[in-house]
Amino acid sequence: MKRFIVLIGLVMAMGMLVTACQPKGPETIKIGLNAELTGGVPVVGASCKNGAELAVEEVNNAGGLEVGGKKYKIELLIEDNEDKAESAAAAAQKLNAAGVLLMIGPNASRNAIPAAEVAEANKMPMISPWSTNPKTTIDAATGQPKKYVMRACFIDDFQGVVAAKFAINELGAKKPAVLYDVASEYNKGIAEIFKRTMEENGIPVVAFETYTTGDKDFSAQLTKIIQAGADVLFLPNYYTEVPLQVQQAHKLGFKGVIFGSDSWGAAELIDLCGAACEGYFFTTHYATDIATPKAQAFIKAYEAKYGKTPDDVAALTYDAFGLAFQAIQAAGKIDREAVNQALHNISRYEGVTGVMQFKGTGDPIKSAVVLQIKGGKFVYYTTAQP
Amino acid sequence: MQTLIQQVLNALQLGSVYALIALGYTMVYGIIRLINFAHGDIFMVSTYVAFFIGTALMSHALRLPGIVAFGLTMAAAMMVTALLAVLIERFAYKPLRQAPRVSAVITALGVGLFLENFTLATIGPDPRFLPRFFSVQTFTVGGVAFSNIQIIIIAVSAAVMLLLDTIVRRTMVGMAMRAVSWDKSTAPLMGVPVDSIISITFAIGASIAAVGGTLFGMVYTVDPYMGIRIGWWAFISAVVGGIGNIRGAMVGGYILGFVEIFTPVILPASTYRDFVAFSMLLLLLIFRPYGILGRPVAQKV
Repeated sequence: MKRFIVLIGLVMAMGMLVTACQPKGPETIKIGLNAELTGGVPVVGASCKNGAELAVEEVNNAGGLEVGGKKYKIELLIEDNEDKAESAAAAAQKLNAAGVLLMIGPNASRNAIPAAEVAEANKMPMISPWSTNPKTTIDAATGQPKKYVMRACFIDDFQGVVAAKFAINELGAKKPAVLYDVASEYNKGIAEIFKRTMEENGIPVVAFETYTTGDKDFSAQLTKIIQAGADVLFLPNYYTEVPLQVQQAHKLGFKGVIFGSDSWGAAELIDLCGAACEGYFFTTHYATDIATPKAQAFIKAYEAKYGKTPDDVAALTYDAFGLAFQAIQAAGKIDREAVNQALHNISRYEGVTGVMQFKGTGDPIKSAVVLQIKGGKFVYYTTAQP
Repeated sequence: MQTLIQQVLNALQLGSVYALIALGYTMVYGIIRLINFAHGDIFMVSTYVAFFIGTALMSHALRLPGIVAFGLTMAAAMMVTALLAVLIERFAYKPLRQAPRVSAVITALGVGLFLENFTLATIGPDPRFLPRFFSVQTFTVGGVAFSNIQIIIIAVSAAVMLLLDTIVRRTMVGMAMRAVSWDKSTAPLMGVPVDSIISITFAIGASIAAVGGTLFGMVYTVDPYMGIRIGWWAFISAVVGGIGNIRGAMVGGYILGFVEIFTPVILPASTYRDFVAFSMLLLLLIFRPYGILGRPVAQKV
């Protein structure tokens, strides 16, 4: 009996100890990262992770983020979405269950769209660094902007128009052709907008060919494109597939100019493509050779930490975190609703990828640049204003 | 007309690879009635082996001529892959030889998943190209463009298939393989070492996949998941040709190559490709389940 009382006493004492140690509020701010670490576009995931870790490290090294007079360290929770729609949604669920304040990512639109549904349903703020498909921030049921989803990049409506105008004005395209992945939201969206813009300008697309994610042989479609007499070829596809498409087009005798979209902007494109992509163009978010002082500081820090030049995904992820940090500070408390409100109150943000302006929706208005592949490097060619 | 010939060339290139992989499915099925679903991933591993050996051989220090490096790479890939297949057979399939057939099929799927994820974990997900053994030369004859690589793929595949056909039909090993395939319980009574013949079959099937892998890697990228889709298509090739029948697998491979290329030519989008291929498989299973060149087998009760 005596032993029993001692035991109860001990349990109670321990209970008190635990209560005494319980903090008044969270000591850290948890931010989730939903990235394509494996799967079809691993470099995108790696760049996103690098950009995120750099942004978080800078804040933590400065002592943390000051919110409501108290400094909080940032804790980064990283989930791999395997570049699959269903895994992206599952990763978003997992981050939500882990109690993150907000989620950054996914990047590819085919993953960002399903993840955005989860974020919206759970009232978890989400910022996609690189998803350019309009559907990411639009509620499919109502056609209204989603309340909890934002992005750090321009949308495909703009990019598709920029690509089409570039083809008409700079390349003098008369018979454009498109080859795109019909199973991927990003590729499909931008290809359709390109086609529409071309037709509005009185230039019909002579071949509008499709393939499915993961294909490696495009000879049938490319043969049709060449047969149609195309003079320029638009490939709004990911960097892993573009080299195969370019090489196969050359082997089949295509002589025209090939150009693409921001999904080309990974250094691996040049590794895989070799000299075959020399002289070709793509539209993207920023150019390292015309960087602002803020961007230069970022590029320098990134190069020091990872030993390579940041690509657009890394820069946009860094900007997404910048937006998030500013909103958390403006909110003044660690609360999803308050942070979401603060995010939507931001009307102008100067990031490393340029100035973003928000007009009440989650889509920023910002300029695009056209880069050319020259001597194994991405070189600035021109800027397109919105 | 030019376009048609061009597309036929494209189809022959792709069909050659499918045929080479389909042979592995069909040989293993022929000898132990197992659908080796890991075969597509064995093909993937062979391409990685070719990638690493090819990269080492083509490094500037060695200065090997392209043709020598190509031959050595292919031979090494064949040997390593054959060894891998024999090991898989010994440790994963042999203990299950008396088990229900579905257990072995599930094990095969598991081995495939293991190979995919092991490659993903150790090598990483980035796609890669094999080094250039030959500089690409494109010829245009009468409006039809073809490259030296395309000719090499079609010719080497044809040569390997001819060689295999000769081995199976004209040598003692081939005769033993046919004997085991015909009747596994009587063959040992005639002095055929069944276990060794099964190992040899796995080794030959895998080395042919490695030939396909090396050729494939010269024109397409290598990644850990590449074996899945190609494996499925090769499996359909084997079934279409008549699974268990070696000449059938070759015919089936070329048929599937034509399906893949001509679907986007005839139908409006490439998306119908899998639909056409699997519909063909379904129709065949309903009306001619033993395939084009296979013969109906009476079930022994």
